[in-house]
Amino acid sequence: MNREQLIPLSHFCEHYHVEMTFFRSLNEVGLIEIVQFESFDYIHEHESSALEKIIRMHHELEINLEGIETVLHLLSKIETLQKELITAKNKLRLYED
Amino acid sequence: MAFIDYYKVLGIAKTATESDIKKAYRKLARKYHPDLNPNDKTAEQKFKEINEANEVLSDSENRVKYDKYGKDWKHAEEFDKAKQQQQSQSRSQQQTSQNFSGGDYSDFFESMFGGASGRGNSAYRGQDFNTELELDLRDVYTTQKRTLTINGKNIRLTIPAGVKNGQVIKIKGQGGEGANKGPKGDLFIRFVIANDPKFKRDEANLFTTVDLDLYTALLGGELLVDTFDSKVKLTVKPETQSGTKVKLKGKGFPVYKKEGEFGDLYITYNVVLPTQLTKKEKELFQELTKLRSV
Repeated sequence: MNREQLIPLSHFCEHYHVEMTFFRSLNEVGLIEIVQFESFDYIHEHESSALEKIIRMHHELEINLEGIETVLHLLSKIETLQKELITAKNKLRLYED
Repeated sequence: MAFIDYYKVLGIAKTATESDIKKAYRKLARKYHPDLNPNDKTAEQKFKEINEANEVLSDSENRVKYDKYGKDWKHAEEFDKAKQQQQSQSRSQQQTSQNFSGGDYSDFFESMFGGASGRGNSAYRGQDFNTELELDLRDVYTTQKRTLTINGKNIRLTIPAGVKNGQVIKIKGQGGEGANKGPKGDLFIRFVIANDPKFKRDEANLFTTVDLDLYTALLGGELLVDTFDSKVKLTVKPETQSGTKVKLKGKGFPVYKKEGEFGDLYITYNVVLPTQLTKKEKELFQELTKLRSV
């Protein structure tokens, strides 16, 4: 494990004024993966932007954990559909002059 | 600078209570928040408007100012002048709030309230920037470096070969500055790739039509055809029909982010009949007709 790619969760707690229990709940439902290293909690760097998004949804929109899980699932579905739409549109271009 | 009716933006009456404002804001924020509407410029703009409206109406002091001066431009301008005089006395404070706003607020808001001073000390992530990059098919045949100027800042970008029309790539941390040590936003670039007049593309496969003269189609022969980046010599089988497809393996488009991998090139033959026949040619074709009808 490369420690340079890990961000201490305490940084997020301090920066966003969020309790550690919030991150543990996210970990329990599988929305993030907490990595323990020398008795400190970390997340992988590549998960930081997803975590920031979750924090914003929770703070700015007052969406609870179950809601966030649902929203993320639907957003991922939308992303898949958008990719399919682009592919379909690009196929249609084969028949355009 | 257009007058913005913040009550209308939030869809509430002028008599709305603090709780009504909060409720209306929450409802609209959940609908238009950029995290819930990725790459949607309309939603992004709408979210800015409702954020701005909430910023003003949820602050009792700002709401009083808005109710007093907001309806009448002349009064608002007088207020603006007075506000500017006031601001020149506290220049350092204004500087902070201007950096903070980063273009997230309308001119109307800036003139009335001088930026986002009422937001408190929370850390905010910077604004995401969205842009479109128009390229032609030849541009994305090879990996290339480009420099984009976004909001006056030069961003060097490597565009991998094989990028698709409509594809969006994210450049992390190249969006707007965060506020109060908040992280920077991201830059989203959508590629708009123009159709090529000769080659059509589907994923990594290319399609083209090649004209074939009648005699080569009937008797077979060799033909030099253009691929996307070179020419190849093809052997045409005798009695090739118009519309026949041949596949040139690996002569298509590069596969996105898979160096050295290429799709295929599909060639459709279009048999072209001769025109302006000479007398002799006509006689020979008539001869052929007789032979076929025997």
